[in-house]
Amino acid sequence: MDFYGINPAVLIASLMVASVPIMLAAIGELVVEKAGVLNLGVEGMMIMGAICGFITAVHSGSPLLGFLGGAAGGAVLSLVFILLTQVFLANQVATGLALTLFGLGLSSLLGQGYNGIKPPPTGVLPLGPLADIPFFGRVLFTHDWMVYGSIAVVAAVWAVLKYTRAGLILRAVGESHDAAHALGYKVVRIRVLAILFGGAMAGLGGAYVSLVRVPQWTDGITAGAGWIALAIVVFASWRPWRVLVGAYLFGGISVLQLNLQASNAFPIRIPVEYLAMSPYLITIIVLVIMSSGRGRASLNAPAALGQNFHASR
Amino acid sequence: MKRRTLLATAALGFLAFGGAAQAQMDHVKACFVYVGPIGDGGWTYQHDQGRLAVEAEFGDKVETAFQESVPEGADAERVLTQMALSGCNIIFTTSFGYMDPTNAVAAKFPNVMFEHATGYKREHPNVSTYNARFYEGRAVQGTIAGRMTKSNKIGYIASFPIPEVIMGINSYYVHAKKVNPDVELSVIWAYTWFDPAKEADAAKAMIEQGVDVIASHTDSTAPLAEAAKTNGAVIGFGQASDMAEYKPSPRVSSIVDNWAPYYVKRVGALLDGSYEQIDAWEGIAGGEVLIGEITDAVPADVKAEAEGVRDAIAAGTYHPFTGPLNKQDGSAWLADGEVSDDGTLLGMNFFVEGISGEIPQ
Repeated sequence: MDFYGINPAVLIASLMVASVPIMLAAIGELVVEKAGVLNLGVEGMMIMGAICGFITAVHSGSPLLGFLGGAAGGAVLSLVFILLTQVFLANQVATGLALTLFGLGLSSLLGQGYNGIKPPPTGVLPLGPLADIPFFGRVLFTHDWMVYGSIAVVAAVWAVLKYTRAGLILRAVGESHDAAHALGYKVVRIRVLAILFGGAMAGLGGAYVSLVRVPQWTDGITAGAGWIALAIVVFASWRPWRVLVGAYLFGGISVLQLNLQASNAFPIRIPVEYLAMSPYLITIIVLVIMSSGRGRASLNAPAALGQNFHASR
Repeated sequence: MKRRTLLATAALGFLAFGGAAQAQMDHVKACFVYVGPIGDGGWTYQHDQGRLAVEAEFGDKVETAFQESVPEGADAERVLTQMALSGCNIIFTTSFGYMDPTNAVAAKFPNVMFEHATGYKREHPNVSTYNARFYEGRAVQGTIAGRMTKSNKIGYIASFPIPEVIMGINSYYVHAKKVNPDVELSVIWAYTWFDPAKEADAAKAMIEQGVDVIASHTDSTAPLAEAAKTNGAVIGFGQASDMAEYKPSPRVSSIVDNWAPYYVKRVGALLDGSYEQIDAWEGIAGGEVLIGEITDAVPADVKAEAEGVRDAIAAGTYHPFTGPLNKQDGSAWLADGEVSDDGTLLGMNFFVEGISGEIPQ
């Protein structure tokens, strides 16, 4: 079942792995933005997660602790963002960008001496006979547990936002913090929790890069994945399942373009540049559609996104 | 594009210019500007090893200083000016993107010597350039790749479509083909010098399509880490550094950029007064390109053959680009026994015959 040397089952299986970091970071950022906060520091929190996860895994010998350490690293860095934007009411855009630069520098400092070390391997989840099912076995049941974990997180976020009271409050805070405040909800407290969650998810995504995808530490290892995660949130128009679709699309196209390049047999040579820019092109098209019409999509951005809240105003 | 090696302009004369010879000096302060952190395990790490070799060689007679992670562009000019003002006698700028800042600052400090790695502009008598013939190492790797592949599919993760990279791909393929006529080469353009996740994905895509020997011209060890997951079915090579942590397999050999001999020579020349402006392009013979240990994962006869290629290049009896060779479109390039001139290599923008795929324009 090969198409010019490219096996579709293998292709789909690898795009699922390639998408995990951006999916985790994007779903975290979705929750943050649903709460009305724009945190552009995803890249910084991801790379902090990558180094903290790496250090924890190397010293404890346990990949599980490594992932927890990564999530903690991302969350701790997001505390800086919380302090500046929720306490001192600093501009969220500027603070987010600063957070990225700070995270890149701090991770480089922490990572001194961790070059060339191999982390403990994260094994494939043993699903036994399921992996032997033709096609679907290879696609669905040959992954490490983080691949399933990331999908579970998307499902959980979707369910919480749609069906629970906590989700309703979170969305209310993001749509109109004044109204939520008038109803007696603690706007700042809710936003702090959302930002911490976003930091932890970004950190988890970063840890996946340094522990599974690349298994090593080097400066700048996330290489812009955080920015792609931000684009996916917009692409998904703040809907959890579309985050999953977006992440698979972005991850899929990057995997596909590498496979097309490696395949000498593929009859049509599509220039690499077109494939590389296609996810961004799609994002732009979605943005244009969203901002042009009066359809539901254009109304979907949280109304209070990027605005600071203070009870006295 | 991050740093170094554009080498785009072709016809560069390879003449040693008769620059103003300097008077003898008792004490030299040598300064280094690095594009990355010294702990990157690759490019900058090797330059810093060269700096340490200078210290070891001359002891009290030299003092060295360096600055890491200096962005290319305007910031570099500030750092260079600062260094020149702080009493550096010779400043090595170790990335392609420092080319214009180096020449600009050199104009203001005629008594300070500037050495720019992988550039081609020498606008002032106090600016020299240096580079290494990495394609010589690729010939050795290609020989190993051609002999070791079981699937007859070999791969190359390329960074940018620039002459230095194309030179390496051609050399790798020519030598693999020479020992194994059935070999097929896949090239993936990563468009980055350093993006471990992307490099790992590229290696993975190749492995999934049956490639079992992977060379890379990007800086991280990610392709080797990906190959390591196959339990010995796929091999690769260290790039820029030895990458010894992946020995004996998947890393079966490596190309090491060894700048120590050049740095020692240049600082030494400044000390004894024989310093002149030069344009250096050394290879295996000059010790700037080292072939890392060929491990036992390679059969003894293949190892001997690869070492034979290395030694012939070092002795000057063999040039990796010796005819008969045709270009990809079938047009003649080198006649039987003809050797490529450096100008063609430095401007190389074509694949040799037999490589499928195109060079992105």
